[in-house]
Amino acid sequence: MAKVMIPSNRPHATIPSWKIAAPNRWDLIAFPLIFGVLALLIIGAKSTFGPIEAIKTGPISLDPAMLPGYAVRTVLRMLAAMVASLLFTLTYGTLAAKNKRAEIILVPILDVLQSVPILGYISFTVIFFMNLFPGRVLGAELASIFAVFTSQAWNMAFSFYQSLRTVPLDLDEASRAFRFSSWQRFWRLEAPFAVPGLVWNMMMSMSGGWFFVVASEAISVGDEQITLPGIGSYVALAIERQDLGAVGWALLAMTGVIVIYDQLMFRPLVVWADHFRSEQSAAQTLPHSWFVDVLRRAWFVRMAARPATLAMRWTLRVPLLNASVPGPVMVKPTVRSRAADLFFYAAIILAAVFGAGIIVRYIASELNWGDVLIVMRLGAYTLLRVAVLIVMASLVWVPIGVMIGLRPKLAESIQPLAQFLAAFPANLLFPFAVIMVLRFHLNTDVWLSVLMILGTQWYILFNVIAGTTAFPTDFLEAAGNFQIHGWKWWRNVILPGIFPYYVTGAITASGGSWNASIVAESVSWGKTHLTAHGLGAYIADTTAAADYPRILLGIVVMSTCVIFFNRFLWRRLYAYGERHFRLD
Amino acid sequence: MLDAARKPMVPGNTVLELSHIHQAFARPSGEPSVVLDDISVDLREGEIVGVLGRSGCGKSTLLRIASGLIRPTAGSVTYRGKVIDRPAKGIAMVFQTFALFPWLTVLENVTAGLDALGMKEAQAREKALGAIELIGLDGFEAAYPRELSGGMRQRVGFARALVVDPAVLLMDEPFSALDVLTGETLRSDFIDLWNERKVAIKSVMLVTHNIEEAVFLCDRIIVLAPDPGRIAFELEVPLPQPRERLAPAFREIVDDIYEHMTAGRGPTTGAKDRSVLEGLCMRLPSVSSHRIAAFLEVLAQPPLEGKAGLRDLAERLHLEIDAILAVEEAAQILGFVELREAALHLTAAGKFFAESPADGRKRLFGEHLLRSVPLAAHIRHILSERSPHVAPRGRFLPELQDHLRPEEAERTLTAVIDWGRFAEIFIYDQKHHQFSLPVEI
Repeated sequence: MAKVMIPSNRPHATIPSWKIAAPNRWDLIAFPLIFGVLALLIIGAKSTFGPIEAIKTGPISLDPAMLPGYAVRTVLRMLAAMVASLLFTLTYGTLAAKNKRAEIILVPILDVLQSVPILGYISFTVIFFMNLFPGRVLGAELASIFAVFTSQAWNMAFSFYQSLRTVPLDLDEASRAFRFSSWQRFWRLEAPFAVPGLVWNMMMSMSGGWFFVVASEAISVGDEQITLPGIGSYVALAIERQDLGAVGWALLAMTGVIVIYDQLMFRPLVVWADHFRSEQSAAQTLPHSWFVDVLRRAWFVRMAARPATLAMRWTLRVPLLNASVPGPVMVKPTVRSRAADLFFYAAIILAAVFGAGIIVRYIASELNWGDVLIVMRLGAYTLLRVAVLIVMASLVWVPIGVMIGLRPKLAESIQPLAQFLAAFPANLLFPFAVIMVLRFHLNTDVWLSVLMILGTQWYILFNVIAGTTAFPTDFLEAAGNFQIHGWKWWRNVILPGIFPYYVTGAITASGGSWNASIVAESVSWGKTHLTAHGLGAYIADTTAAADYPRILLGIVVMSTCVIFFNRFLWRRLYAYGERHFRLD
Repeated sequence: MLDAARKPMVPGNTVLELSHIHQAFARPSGEPSVVLDDISVDLREGEIVGVLGRSGCGKSTLLRIASGLIRPTAGSVTYRGKVIDRPAKGIAMVFQTFALFPWLTVLENVTAGLDALGMKEAQAREKALGAIELIGLDGFEAAYPRELSGGMRQRVGFARALVVDPAVLLMDEPFSALDVLTGETLRSDFIDLWNERKVAIKSVMLVTHNIEEAVFLCDRIIVLAPDPGRIAFELEVPLPQPRERLAPAFREIVDDIYEHMTAGRGPTTGAKDRSVLEGLCMRLPSVSSHRIAAFLEVLAQPPLEGKAGLRDLAERLHLEIDAILAVEEAAQILGFVELREAALHLTAAGKFFAESPADGRKRLFGEHLLRSVPLAAHIRHILSERSPHVAPRGRFLPELQDHLRPEEAERTLTAVIDWGRFAEIFIYDQKHHQFSLPVEI
């Protein structure tokens, strides 16, 4: 990560800078950059609203020259999903944090949604959106965007909800004592306080999202074959035609897209989010972005930003939006209507039972206990795979991550690479692995498993690096001083120190692997189709066959597995780490 | 001089009136825990009223009730003749922790309160710049709070409060998070603004645990007694401003308050306190055993020779009144000191403790702990009855929570764990949250 020292007294002009600045050479860089991106987005967006025949008659071409255009389409889907995720986060998170009753329902729902395999229900959403906009590309686009949305929104909403619940007491009191309206309170206190957590979760979401956008562009549900122009479809076609060169071009395009995305969107976001840190101390190192520097220096950007700032400030004063002012805190126990509570809980339980009834009835209409047993056995296979892979990845990456983290210079250059690898959609690499399996006649049950962790293992690596970098140097020095070496050093010094970071990484890796199993346990190269025994393959194959009761059964079992895994392993480990290995 | 015009003895109109304020929380056991008991205070024009008390006596809660941030269980707050039940226009607050929005610049922080009043942008900006200049922060308008020192941050806190032209300024220990020198400067600057009438404020309510600060700033001081918070006594400070800390009259008032605050404490204050003190759920101050030992040692050594005033001790140990009262309370519970005629006397046991070597100290401390703190004896009793001699923390915490507020229960248990560990009357395993008996017994 590029970090620079910035003196704590940053230059600030009291006179608004746009008044004295004039167009300058930075405009020459900023202008084409911004409008170039804008133009690309508009061109890409135009075809979204065309009829479905457009993508059926004009199929994907493997010509590398077409790739930039496809990349733009893919990026657009990501952006649309991110916008949707943000809107969802702001409303859902706010509602859950502000309304006690809503919280009781919304938070557990979010928790379950986090555990549902995204690619599992894509068949349902494709049908739903296609029926919503029959004969339009928009339906298929929305289905793809929705898949990405579901991979991004839940943890963002969680982060936002948690931020709103943990607004510092003194700031809360200040905002009430100075009679901020609800609107002012949201924009001056709650939203800014939530920004750092939200941006971090957006980055995590985004890096997971590339995987799903690639996977959801080329989908076949039964006879319905959908191929949206994009990098994912390009690779799908390359696989069908067994064109390894084209796969290589796609990898190159994807690399370019992620790097540009990082430079133009996420670095600036991180720099911006740094303003909203709540610690009162001035940081020694500040995140840095050349793009932000260009934007700050360019005259026309400041000119353009000015009206937005003024408009925002205006909304903070306009009476209409600022009518409602939160009241005092009731300290005495509020007497809530018990009857209303009882009714409310009864309604929830009834709805839950009803929902469960529908699922069971639907599955039972065509399947019996034998099917359930089969699916559970397959679930156990996939569970075993995930567990073994996480253990193996930990054994490899924890020591390496610690070694890198102990060398700050090295960590600074490796960390962005690890983050890049985590973001890179591993499904683009599958063809290479499949060719190896075919060439050497490898056991699919063993070697296809590796694909599940291909993209997710990096979360372990970069969290371990981050944990080691954050580990206080005086502890390391004390350990050196007391001659603590070897296994003792690992056991008593560094492993407890990085434990919470490791668990965070492992949770992400494990969740990602479950999702990846749906594409990893069932892969193709040309006409050759390879499958491993597992729940992922089961869901993939039933999706291809449009066998809805079986898909549903598969999703239910997989979600249950993930929830149990989270509840009984990861959460406990995390709580254990919080209790025993806190550094303060 | 202008200050001659502001005679504290002549009360003006009442601006803010708190009458019969009563505040209680519900304990898990159902019985209410009373934080404030029938408190009536009025703020009149032209006066600074200090609310003085130890931590936990409810003084901050009282201030928040006055501001409308918390609604009292019973009683009412009247501002300029109108009963208020929420933060009102004209009442501003300065916070102990500054409570500045870290993502807003100094100017934006100060303007935020004006935006809430719906003031036009240009007017708000001009007013805010005026307040910033008044408080001595000009040049820092565009700085973020994290770039400023503690003293400058609190200046922003003052500017933000002053800019809304409040009639009442409420201050919650505004100088206690600052170092001594910075606090002193800001205090003087504030009282200068007040005396020179450069601010529109009609009256001020200051919550503090610093006796000298209260005497330095206030025209009237209300001292709260804890458990439950109630007015112990009230006094006027008839000294003209600016006040001189070393003046004999000033010292006299400070000593007077010290005496009042320490008198009437201890185990002889009446039947109600007695039951609280003697039961299993006696509140224990969170003071480490090592601090108690150091305290007894200083008290035993020359020049004190076993007898000292609390203010003298506070200065000698560089402790605030709050901290010194907590150590004193702990030592008194354990029977190592006693309070006579507003002076602290080492008991025979205390003297013996100070002169003993380490293991003798532990034994003596243990004996006193088991005799004077029922909770310690209770834990020890349970452990010796059980086989094996272990008991989880969860065995005792609920018992305490039945009668104490959750944070009080935690604090009491933490204190008894520290004391018990020092005395080696039991062992506490933090990893498993579990008490056990030491092996050799």
